[in-house]
Amino acid sequence: MTDRALVVVRAGALTTVQDRGRPGHAHLGVPRSGALDKPTAALVNRLVGNPPEAAVLETTVNGCAVRPRSTVTVAVGGAPCPVSVDGRPVAWGAPVRVPAGALLDVGAVVSGVRGYVAVSGGIAVEPVLGSRSTDLLSGLGPAPLTDGAVLPLGTPKNVHARVDVAPQPAPPAELVLRVTPGPRDDWFTAEALRTFTSRTYRVSSASNRIGLRTEGPALDRAVPGELPSEGMVLGAVQVPPDGRPVVFLADHPTTGGYPVIAVVHPGGLPAAAQAAPGTPVRFINARRH
Amino acid sequence: MRALPVGDSALLVEVSSGHEAQALHAELLRRRAEGLLTVREIVPAARTVLLDGLDDPVRLASELTASEVPPAPPRAREAIEIPVRYDGPDLAEVAAHWGVPEHEAARIHADAEFTVAFCGFAPGFGYLTGLPQRYDVPRRATPRTAVPAGSVALAGPYTGVYPRSSPGGWQLIGRTDAVLWDHARVPAALLSPGTRVRFVPVDGS
Repeated sequence: MTDRALVVVRAGALTTVQDRGRPGHAHLGVPRSGALDKPTAALVNRLVGNPPEAAVLETTVNGCAVRPRSTVTVAVGGAPCPVSVDGRPVAWGAPVRVPAGALLDVGAVVSGVRGYVAVSGGIAVEPVLGSRSTDLLSGLGPAPLTDGAVLPLGTPKNVHARVDVAPQPAPPAELVLRVTPGPRDDWFTAEALRTFTSRTYRVSSASNRIGLRTEGPALDRAVPGELPSEGMVLGAVQVPPDGRPVVFLADHPTTGGYPVIAVVHPGGLPAAAQAAPGTPVRFINARRH
Repeated sequence: MRALPVGDSALLVEVSSGHEAQALHAELLRRRAEGLLTVREIVPAARTVLLDGLDDPVRLASELTASEVPPAPPRAREAIEIPVRYDGPDLAEVAAHWGVPEHEAARIHADAEFTVAFCGFAPGFGYLTGLPQRYDVPRRATPRTAVPAGSVALAGPYTGVYPRSSPGGWQLIGRTDAVLWDHARVPAALLSPGTRVRFVPVDGS
């Protein structure tokens, strides 16, 4: 008899279960959620032979440690970090066998923010509206990991990939985000629009799965007040009253009343998920290139 | 009607009233049901409808702005009834704002027929319209850190029911035992955009 489960030994600062999220329910006030760095989540799944929609662990800065009750294959990717099994260093970004009862430790990141841990069979917590993702805004999905929690695993379907180490982009030293202006760029002064796409911002430590917050020059409004609530998209750059742009990430609210000055091209969002506090951020107007 | 591009694959369609937004939302749902529109999300809001996950937002923008919003179709479904005890901590303040006694404020609210204009804030939280404009109320100056689940509340032109306990700045006029959100239920949300609602007074405990 096999006991397909992971025991959480060290939950880390914030480790959540993530898959591709639950898009399609925004009209009910349900955020999309899902892994912030989607290409990495898909890659680590591929490395262990999981389908791309399998649920993985998303760690934040200081990793986590888990003990599988049966022998599994794991792969760790995203922000580079040391990985060990029962204290012995093993490969990062590659499939690794973890015997039943051994301790897999995903260490603190060397750079970047979020690590992704795929386990053969996938994390098999009960889905909510078709997804196993933890949504920190609405509280849907499983709670963030806690020490001692037990996570069920699915049954592996495929043999893992035959690669040694998969190439992965390094976390950004500077985050350059291509943006398309609008829909509410006309709520800002011409000077604010120039400032937004010419000056350098920095990633704020108040950033989370809901939004990448920035520090830098405030953007002045041409139109005062609040908008009537309107629908929000992934990558929307909302400007709250303090004038500092916030890039909406996976757990963003479905509607909002602060004007959206521009929308980040989706290709830039995985790097945004890995941009540590203090990282310089530049917004480039995609219409001018 | 204006159609504003939102990034490369979404469109924010802006109209001049909440009523028109509800009619546009109904029309877009009809087009999607008939296979005339391929889109991931249709998100109505106060004066807009967001279409997210479009292949060709530019073409759809010119198509939409070339036409008028057809009037909202006749309502087929019965109104959902939500039982309410009108004993909320802000009922007196709302009644004073309306210039009527408390029991009269409850009657005014229970006599109106509401429509879910849109959802947001939390899963299953609907923004319901239906009271005449003279009954608009301001938000509380100081929001509460915890509003109990089931609270029936007013802010601006809207009535809402808190699906779960959360912070909130709306005026609490009553409380219901109705379950607004249950992710194990199909559908999970009791209220979705376009749902008609009546609040039915019940006696206090």
